[in-house]
Amino acid sequence: MNLHEFQAKELFESYDLPVSKRGLIRKLSDVDNAIASIDFSNGCVAKVQAHTGGRGKVGGVKLCKNKEEIENFVSSWLGKNIITNQTDEVGLPVNIVSIDELTDIDSELYMSLIVDRADKCVSMIVSKAGGMNIEEVAETNPEKILKLKFKHNVQVSEQDINELSSKLDFNSNQTEQFKKIVKNTHKLFVEKDLSLLEINPLVITSSGELHCLDAKINVDENALYRQEEILGQRDPSQEDQREYEAKQHDLSYVSLDGNIGCMVNGAGLAMGTMDTIKLYDGEPANFLDVGGTATKERVGEAFKLILSDKNVKGILVNIFGGIVRCDLIAEGIIGAINEIDVNVPIVVRLQGNMSDEGKILLNNSGLNVIGEDSLMKASQKIVELVK
Amino acid sequence: MSILIDNKTKAIFQGFTGSQATMHAEQCITYGTNIVGGVTPGKGGQQHLNLPVFDNVKEAIDETSANTSVIFVPARFSKAAITEAAENGIELIICITEGVPVLDMIEVIDVLNNNAGSRLIGPNCPGVITPGEAKLGIMPASIHKKGSVGIVSRSGTLTYEAVNQTSEVGLGQSTCVGIGGDPINGTSFIDCLRMFQEDSQTESIVMVGEIGGTAEEEAAEYIKDNVTKPVVSYIAGVTAPKGKRMGHAGAIISGGKGTAQDKFKALESAGVSVVTDLNLIGSKLVELLK
Repeated sequence: MNLHEFQAKELFESYDLPVSKRGLIRKLSDVDNAIASIDFSNGCVAKVQAHTGGRGKVGGVKLCKNKEEIENFVSSWLGKNIITNQTDEVGLPVNIVSIDELTDIDSELYMSLIVDRADKCVSMIVSKAGGMNIEEVAETNPEKILKLKFKHNVQVSEQDINELSSKLDFNSNQTEQFKKIVKNTHKLFVEKDLSLLEINPLVITSSGELHCLDAKINVDENALYRQEEILGQRDPSQEDQREYEAKQHDLSYVSLDGNIGCMVNGAGLAMGTMDTIKLYDGEPANFLDVGGTATKERVGEAFKLILSDKNVKGILVNIFGGIVRCDLIAEGIIGAINEIDVNVPIVVRLQGNMSDEGKILLNNSGLNVIGEDSLMKASQKIVELVK
Repeated sequence: MSILIDNKTKAIFQGFTGSQATMHAEQCITYGTNIVGGVTPGKGGQQHLNLPVFDNVKEAIDETSANTSVIFVPARFSKAAITEAAENGIELIICITEGVPVLDMIEVIDVLNNNAGSRLIGPNCPGVITPGEAKLGIMPASIHKKGSVGIVSRSGTLTYEAVNQTSEVGLGQSTCVGIGGDPINGTSFIDCLRMFQEDSQTESIVMVGEIGGTAEEEAAEYIKDNVTKPVVSYIAGVTAPKGKRMGHAGAIISGGKGTAQDKFKALESAGVSVVTDLNLIGSKLVELLK
């Protein structure tokens, strides 16, 4: 789950991390109050709040010197969608603009905390190449990327921080500030179950202070049950509506561009099914994992979800039964087709747990459902049917 | 021979009396696996499936000399369950549970490092089966056949797909291991490859990977220098968009890293036979073994 930049900065504040003061604007009449809540003597930076990077490149971040400029910015964005190189062609709705106090910048660094899969720990990445695409830096100048691993239950040593600080050319004052930033970001990361915390850029101000100019936070979905406060900050408007709907039914769904809807049990097989459709010259419309405990009701919901995508011209159901029983899936399919108006061809491949019983149910249903034994044949069949 | 489990394995289930655990324990017992009891705190002293229930792992080990545990407890209790098993000397811990917070897994890895006698498989995995000997997991028994292919996979249902094909072409399986779809897990591809290389029953290996992380690339490096048996590999997620989590917590292409194409390239350069069509795993093995 992602947070807005302003929400991330509020969290930063509660962990005593240096961020700019800001005011929030949800409607034009909020502008006066927002200005009053910050030091506006030198103007401010107005920023569109949406779950995407690359906002600056499309005019979503603007230096504003007076109230009129803020009002123009707000009017031009509120209620519109922002489309960046990280969103799809529809973009994300803009419902909030923040205005941040100005910071005089001397130099920019990059800093992030991640779940380090290879080393099985939380790691910090820091680089003097700030404000840039860190993946590109890692590719072209890997020596500019510094890494610090946090061992579980072990405090980061003074010596480690001092070594990093000297590589980053920090003076003694900045080194002390950096120590605090490292300690507090790590505390925030662990206490709030984050999967990513990124400060890009971390700046050195003209008066020599370290300051977090941006803040990006991702939270581990698996840990939301113990992060109620963060869960309350979820903004469904920033999520794909079908993906959000799917989550409400415990289904795992991702929208794609094609016309063959897929319903599969197991994430790996769901990807494998998409890949197979593509291999046989079809285009998958979605990833959908009905999970290991698929009930008749959930299968019905899965069908509705797939069919709510008007591009879908046919559906491939691929079930390899382990936990999930194929006869229950068959009942779900029959129930869903009877209940909702399905007028696209459906090809069903059932294998594994109770698959013979499932196939008998489908064949005796009198419905226009084609059963296949192998994924290869099923994929070829659905591709042929949507042509 | 086989790897990890055989007919001498003595296993308990943690979260034994829950509905999923019950259903799968029954199927494991029917398969002939030596299940010796289970743990559900507060239900010690009861009988379940004609087997003793214990309040904790220590009592279960004391009474049954179990050496293996299959974990079915809810995600929020998994860290405690794995830790309890490891600290009491369970040698093989198989965690089926999906949805364990990743920071819990970092703590678990620390516990395992301090209890070197314990190995964890999973979490978020289908378990382990040695056909004809023992089944500890949620895989459908009927598709398996005792044989010579060692199978290791990050995905449950893709494991079944590989199993089914190797059974259909008549090769069968030595042991099948689902290592799980989470970003941080216990046993790795490399651990399994090493065990399969050393196992006399295993004559060839199928490795099924997916997008996200660099486990397949690391496995490719290992295979190049250490594995002489033929390896066939399939990677799921060629059509997956970047930055989207594809069901499994670990299946995400982030920052351009972890694509299927990168993994195919690494495996091919390590001399692994890569199939881009999931349906051809079995026939590719037959071709290699000719």
